[in-house]
Amino acid sequence: MVLDIGAQAPDFTLTDHEGSKVTLSQIKEPVVMIFYPADWSPVCSDELSVFSAAQRLFEARGAQLLGVSVDGKWCHQAFHSQRNLAFPLLADFEPKGAVARSFGVYREDDGMTERALFVIGATKRVRWRQVFPIGENPGADEALREVEALS
Amino acid sequence: MSEHAKLAVSVGPEDHARGSSQAPLTLVEFGDYQCPYCAEANPIVEALLKTFGSEVRFVFRNFPLVDVHQHAQAAAEIAEAAGLQGKFWEMHDVLFEKQDDLRDDSLLGYAKDIGLDTVQVHRDLASGRPRERVEADFEGAIRSGANGTPTFFVNGARYDGSWQLDTFESYIAKALKR
Repeated sequence: MVLDIGAQAPDFTLTDHEGSKVTLSQIKEPVVMIFYPADWSPVCSDELSVFSAAQRLFEARGAQLLGVSVDGKWCHQAFHSQRNLAFPLLADFEPKGAVARSFGVYREDDGMTERALFVIGATKRVRWRQVFPIGENPGADEALREVEALS
Repeated sequence: MSEHAKLAVSVGPEDHARGSSQAPLTLVEFGDYQCPYCAEANPIVEALLKTFGSEVRFVFRNFPLVDVHQHAQAAAEIAEAAGLQGKFWEMHDVLFEKQDDLRDDSLLGYAKDIGLDTVQVHRDLASGRPRERVEADFEGAIRSGANGTPTFFVNGARYDGSWQLDTFESYIAKALKR
């Protein structure tokens, strides 16, 4: 089951593309979690580039973006650098997909995460979330609107 | 109904538009001058306008993805500067044709080539007006759910299908019949 609106987001610590640990509960600001199936896949690349370009709009509203997939740190590092992304990519790699499972967006059949967006408020409750068809690139409009609705 | 992926900023007199404002169908592109797919799409749009004539109006708005395209912002701004001298579309086409070289010096060269007053171009760029316009277009693109470059909207709804000529043409033909 996908984590519901109003639920407390399960805390996690994951390694980002630079090898730093990122812990959800230590982030004071609202967070937009961008779960995507895989580094390098065409739809994901476009999706993340759009969010990266939009990062300044989210930042201006006090929200932080985090990308999450089951790819490992080295893969994330290469992908992050090739796309010159403006936000960290977290490796949900070991145990594989544990965070995606805790948010209810792990795909058992192919071992990837769903394409899903979560807007998490400063108190770490889920304020909005949406799972998109795997081939659909969602754009950033709804997440931005939901972040604006927080304040 | 969900407002997801709907054009957030309506087409207005400020827009760069080709074709009649009376046209039953308006096609809006959010594009990036350094994006190869946008360059590929440009002659396709041209062909659509030829096919549908007065039935389609085309609007271009800026959506530079600057993290992947380092010259995209400057290119968008010079197109807007050209627009201030009434030559937006000339510059628009040149930028896509010359996409392989969008360095600052080259951009100014293109401005000269299409007959712009380059002193004025410098002045306008320095005024920040083109930059503000590009930024406004960009934010409008994000708010509309533009999800890559190019992103097309047909009568205000995001078009997620293929923009290769055959597919796009039959989609528009169908949309016009309704």
